[in-house]
Order: sequence, then C-alpha cells, then structure tokens
Amino acid sequence: MNRFDYIRPASVPEAIAAAAVPGSAYLAAGTNLLDLMKVGTLRPERVIDITRLPDLDRIEWLPDGGVRIGAMVRNSDLAYDERFARMFPAVAEALLSGASAQLRNAATVGGNLMQRTRCAYFHDLASACNRRLAGSGCDARDGENRLHAVLGWSEHCIATHPSDFCVPLVALDAVVEVEGPHGGREIPVDLLHVLPGATPERATALAPGELIIALRLPAEATGFSGNARYLKLRERTSYAFAVVSAAAALEFEGGQIRKARIALGGVAAKPWRAREAEAALTGVPASREAFAKAAELALADALPSGDNAFKIELARRIVVRALSLAVEGTPKIMPALPASPFSTTAGVTHVA
Amino acid sequence: MSLSISLTINGQARTVVLDDPRVTLLDLLRERLDLPGTKKGCDRGQCGACTVLVDGRRINSCLALAASLDGAEVTTIEGLAEGEILHPVQAAFVAHDGFQCGYCTPGQIMSAIGLIQEGHANGDPERIRELMSGNICRCGAYQGITEAILEAQKTLAEGNRRDAA
Repeated sequence: MNRFDYIRPASVPEAIAAAAVPGSAYLAAGTNLLDLMKVGTLRPERVIDITRLPDLDRIEWLPDGGVRIGAMVRNSDLAYDERFARMFPAVAEALLSGASAQLRNAATVGGNLMQRTRCAYFHDLASACNRRLAGSGCDARDGENRLHAVLGWSEHCIATHPSDFCVPLVALDAVVEVEGPHGGREIPVDLLHVLPGATPERATALAPGELIIALRLPAEATGFSGNARYLKLRERTSYAFAVVSAAAALEFEGGQIRKARIALGGVAAKPWRAREAEAALTGVPASREAFAKAAELALADALPSGDNAFKIELARRIVVRALSLAVEGTPKIMPALPASPFSTTAGVTHVA
Repeated sequence: MSLSISLTINGQARTVVLDDPRVTLLDLLRERLDLPGTKKGCDRGQCGACTVLVDGRRINSCLALAASLDGAEVTTIEGLAEGEILHPVQAAFVAHDGFQCGYCTPGQIMSAIGLIQEGHANGDPERIRELMSGNICRCGAYQGITEAILEAQKTLAEGNRRDAA
C-alpha cells in the first residue's frame, strides 16, 4: 500500500474542501478501497475519512412516502430495517445476497454505489487495463472473460459493475444526492454509472471531489412491494458476485400488468435497466409468453465480448424466472438463501 | 505523521500511537498489541479468518483502517473465555468438532457470536450456513460448525431466560 495522509473532517463542507486537492479519495468502511489500495490499483495520496460526518447514518421517511437513506448507513442496517424491507423488498433481498455478513455490517450505501469493477485485469498491475490506466489497453479482451459484459461494452473495456444493491435501485428510479465543490445536485442511479466507450477510466458521472451524501427511493416504488424480487445466479451458493442477476417488480390492475420494472446485473459496466421490456409488459396479462418476449427485448442488443455468449441466454432465463417469481408475490419472510434460484423452499423447481 | 487513537480491546482501554496510517485493525492486533489469536488468511476480506467484533458487530479486521476506528470497542478471540471457562460458542465448537487444523477457528467463532447476536438465523441450519458464508474452512469442518452454532444458540438463549427469571 502506498503512503498517504489520513484526514478526518468533521463536516461535509470540510470533507469536500479536503477532497478538492488532487489525489484525494473518500474512505467509508474501506471494504473496497483498502482492498484496491493493498494491490496498488488505487494509490490515493490523501484519504478523507467520511465515517464521522454527522447525520449521514440515518434512514428518514419522507412525508410523501419515499425514503432518504444517508450514505453512511451500513448495508446490513438497511437490509434488516423492518419498514424498509417491507416497502422495498427487492432492494433488501439484493443487499442480503451480496458479499458476506461481515462485509454487510461494515459496507455503506455510498460505498456500495461507488464500488469498482471486480475484473481481474483491473486488479492485476501486470495486466493492461484502460480502466486503471487510460490508454494502456485491455487484456480482458483476449483473456479470461467468460464473466465479462454482454451489453454496453466497448473495445476499450468489457468490465461489469458488480453491485447487487444497484440493480433494484435502478429498476425503482432511485436518485443520489451529491455535494461537491460547486454545490449540490441530484443524479438518478441509472445515470451514476457510465458505460466505458473510449474513456473507461471514468466509471461514474461524479466530478472530482463530489461526494454522495444520500440515496432516495421514490414513494411510487413502494407500489411494487407486493410483487418484487431480485434473483442472482452465482458460481457457488453464497458469497459470490453475480454471473447474471435481475430485479423484477410488477404492479397489477384487474388481472393485467399496470407497471413493470426490470433491471439486470452482471451484464454491463452499469446496472442495466430494460425499459423496452417493461413497456412490452405494460397492459398485458402476466404469461410465460409475455415474459419470454420481455426477456428477448431486454437482451436484444447483447453481444458476447469473449467466451461469454452463454450469459446472454442465461440472462434471458433469469429475467423470465425473476418475473415469474414476482407474479407469485414477495415472500412473507426473507428466503433463507436471499435471491438464490436454488431455494430450499419446498415446491420450487431448480430449472426455469 | 503520527496519530493517537483510543480503543477498548477485550474490555481494556488502550491508547495507541500510529506512526503510519496504513495499519489495519488486523495488523494492529497481531503485530502491535500482542493479540495474535485473530488470524490473517487472505488479507482481502475473502476468507473471514480475521473476523472480530467492533462495537458488537462482526467485521473483517483486514479491511478496516485502525485510524478510522478511533473510540471503538473491539472484542477478539482472546476476550471470550473467563479464565479456564470457555465461552459457550467455544465450548460448542469443541463438543461438535467444529474444526480440524484450527486456523479459521477464531474467525469462525467470532463470526458465530456475531450471527447469534444478530438474531436472524432462528435455529435454521440453512440460514446459519448462509450467514456464515463469509468464513471459509479449508478443512471442510462445516457440518460441525453448523451443529456447534445451533447448540450454542440454544445454550445462550437458555442462559438469557435464566438471567431474566
């Protein structure tokens, strides 16, 4: 790990002033930052500890029924918040399907949003990686790439965004509140993470020194609470990143789908909202055929970036499966294996 | 740049002067405070051998910057037994063969204590396995670990009922 100056500001304005110096990085729990600093992928000269900033560790219910979550709320505290889990069950399920209990106890909401890709070439300093060092090339293109992106990738970068949490957030129109050297602004989570194009070194829409202070979910998203799921396929039962995942949320009226929300994880450098698939489901009855068509639309632009063509069909099946589970209804209690297709609940089949 | 931090470790107040902010909680415990019971496995948050309780919650000490934990209360494996009397979770690991080589065991036990306090497993072995997935055991003692946690959970709940009575 490189040497750095450790700075512990007492307020948001102090933190932003401290981070205005180039080479600064914000530190929350550090579960991702310290990991990347240990291997040398990130080498900040100044580490700004934001864990003591006041008022960022609260879950506040807004008068209109939405919720505002401080950036320092820990993943486990949010997932196990009884009201939050009832109103936004797919988000709670996604949180509990990510990482391990120890990591969820430490990791923060803001840190989860800002986590970096798990592409091995980004972590390996001996490999070329445009995301780590602009213009150096991409060794993943001809490397071990069976888990890489199938949507929105470019010749410059085929990495995926690893978050589970962000997938239902994007589906439910969550917004982040940001403070920075030039004041505050709001960014929809869907626009927070950016596709690589020719500049994969830029992973988010945040300007240098900007800090996420809160996340908001709109009241409208609570309308899906009865029919919302997150489903995540992993290479082992627990404690693994998604091969592919999907959030599906439905609202019904008179036997027909009034509103549908679908987003995919593990397929692109950002959580992938499937708006055309949602539109195709609006105003039709739930059926296997309608879901299959939605899945086709969701993956219509998908292309393998390497040895990963299988992920495209897998993603279609996960979309159909997540929608089918959403129709069955949100489980009354959190499944023993959150988001797992290999549920031990009697009567659930292992094949879609 | 030196930095002074205060920690309560296994009930004892400690003031530590850090000459370098890079030190993790894990390295602080093992290398500077003579508490090597907490193990360094992967040092990257993937194996769980370094699990300790910070302010009562289980975390990976390898991914926590010591400087950031100024003021925290830390419990390590050394802080569990009272003299020769093992903590109920330690006793249950012995009774159920919850280990073979023992390297992951301090982390498994600290994680199990955290799991029981969190109260989400409800005696369901499937939930215990899921909530212990952050602790890897190379010897594959998982069956014994799950049984040990099930028993310890019962023992601790009975103890709590006795205390309340």
